[in-house]
Amino acid sequence: MKRSHTMKKTIIFIICIILSILSILPFLIMIVNSTRSTVEIQQHALSLIPSGYLASNFKVLVGKSFNPLVGFMNSLIISVLTTILATYFSTLTAYVLVIYEWKLRDALYRFILAVMMIPAQITMIGFYQMVYKVHMTNHLSMLILPAIASPAMVFYMRQYMIPALNKEIVQSARIDGAREFYIFNRIVLPIMKPAIATQAIFCFVSSWNNLFTPLVLLTDQRKYTLPIMVSLLRGDIYKTEYGAVYLGLTLTALPLIIAYLCLSRYIVAGVALGSVKG
Amino acid sequence: MKARHSRYAKYGYIFSIPFAAAFVIFSLYPTLYTAIIGFTDLQGIGTTEFHFLKDPFLNFRTILTSPTFQTAFCNTVKIWVLNFIPQLFLALLLAAWFTDRRFRVPGEGIFKVLFYMPNIITAATIAILFNALFGYPMGPVNDVLTRIGIFSAPYNFLVNKNIAQDIVIFIQTWMWYGYTMIILISGILGINPEIFEAAEVDGASGWQTFWLVTLPNIKTILLYTMITSLIGGLNMFDIPKLFLMGGPDNATLTTGVFIYNQAFSGAYMYNRAAAASMIMFVIIVLASILLFWLLRDRDEEALKKLQRKREKEMRRACRVGRKAEEAEK
Repeated sequence: MKRSHTMKKTIIFIICIILSILSILPFLIMIVNSTRSTVEIQQHALSLIPSGYLASNFKVLVGKSFNPLVGFMNSLIISVLTTILATYFSTLTAYVLVIYEWKLRDALYRFILAVMMIPAQITMIGFYQMVYKVHMTNHLSMLILPAIASPAMVFYMRQYMIPALNKEIVQSARIDGAREFYIFNRIVLPIMKPAIATQAIFCFVSSWNNLFTPLVLLTDQRKYTLPIMVSLLRGDIYKTEYGAVYLGLTLTALPLIIAYLCLSRYIVAGVALGSVKG
Repeated sequence: MKARHSRYAKYGYIFSIPFAAAFVIFSLYPTLYTAIIGFTDLQGIGTTEFHFLKDPFLNFRTILTSPTFQTAFCNTVKIWVLNFIPQLFLALLLAAWFTDRRFRVPGEGIFKVLFYMPNIITAATIAILFNALFGYPMGPVNDVLTRIGIFSAPYNFLVNKNIAQDIVIFIQTWMWYGYTMIILISGILGINPEIFEAAEVDGASGWQTFWLVTLPNIKTILLYTMITSLIGGLNMFDIPKLFLMGGPDNATLTTGVFIYNQAFSGAYMYNRAAAASMIMFVIIVLASILLFWLLRDRDEEALKKLQRKREKEMRRACRVGRKAEEAEK
């Protein structure tokens, strides 16, 4: 019994190690190759020893319309504002569903349940035509404002709020003369902090990684987001510049990997709490 | 009591205005607009004017009979099914190991973090990274295989239809099994531990416990994972688009890429792309309805039924009582 347990444990451990290597290796190759010259990569594409060509790869990369800083700033603006709008207004909408007794409450809740799975991608043709008609295709706001209505997040916030928010707190604040808007901002938002933090992480990541919507809407190079910058690496101009391509990929992935490893405890716990697949 | 509620009820309407307005402008209107475009002749870059077709369903028929769309749809379903089976299998296995009460896997926390990591990285980056890894003649994979002598010469993986598709399937599995595992672990940890204790007392083996206790108890979560994954899978775009642009010979073309290519390249056929979108929309709505139905709160429903029954009995009792009173008088 004891021996078979140790055996089983060893096998499981080995499988886990193999899967871990599988998770790390592609990114490791990417990072190492970003420091190697194209000639080195052509001789041996797999190496775990960094070389000294980081600077020259960077020169090649930036020399061909790849501007990681612009992409980084645009992605940052979009992701931060999207996250703020989505979490704030989703909490507000959840509050409406939990606290107030009004006629359309159940209808709104049922409606949110019904539409929360519908992906934005499916309605992109109409969205594009609408935005194009009002000449807003290169405005970042068109990528940000839709976040105000995030049905899946409203659903999550409501689930969290029902046990977390004591209605008597709201009642007593009203008796003390607090206005409704003030109660929400000063009393309800702080109570919802853990749920907001969890959702903020996922909202930020999915907005940061979003390729489809920006690809459809943005044609101005100065407005490009990081995923669009990445998609340029697939183009002919980088066909033989292996080192530069790996560097471009590294520049987009490394910040995410570092942020993830720092926040991994919260992120894994957050997934477990039931995030909705973006 | 009633009066106090209605005093605050107006805030219910006021505070839901931002959500409602944003939803109408950015979701509802585009959805209806997409549906309408599906019935029109809207084509060509920069065009916004359109006329309804004499034959309203022409675009839908063209799409449904188009061999390219059929290929794209079959690819999408195939890639999803073949990625979901190993993904679920691996996730279940790992979830069972990581929640086993008789032993702890050393380094469990680190493993979870690493298995989930590919999911957080930009899919666009991953697609192009794998394109480089399988590069020809000198990608890292070819380098390894020729160096250890499995291949005598580098092989061009990316022009082989089956291999290209398999790589997309692998990438999807690799990106998502960690996520599914974490969801399943939280589902298993949510099961009442007394059930496991009872199974242990009854002398159930680890395998029996997993098959007869764990699995039936996470049925809802399994279904949830499956349907969210299905909806995500039906919209697969980033990986197939950037890995091989749908090629070789449409082997990695998905419906998402098909719709994008119809509308934003070549002849800019917005109308056909819209029709294809609506077809996918219907399929996704059906999947959502299924999800909604499966996740409905059975306990609450049973409770409501019971309450109605009780009220009925009470009314009947009252009636009987009143009649008896009247009779006494």
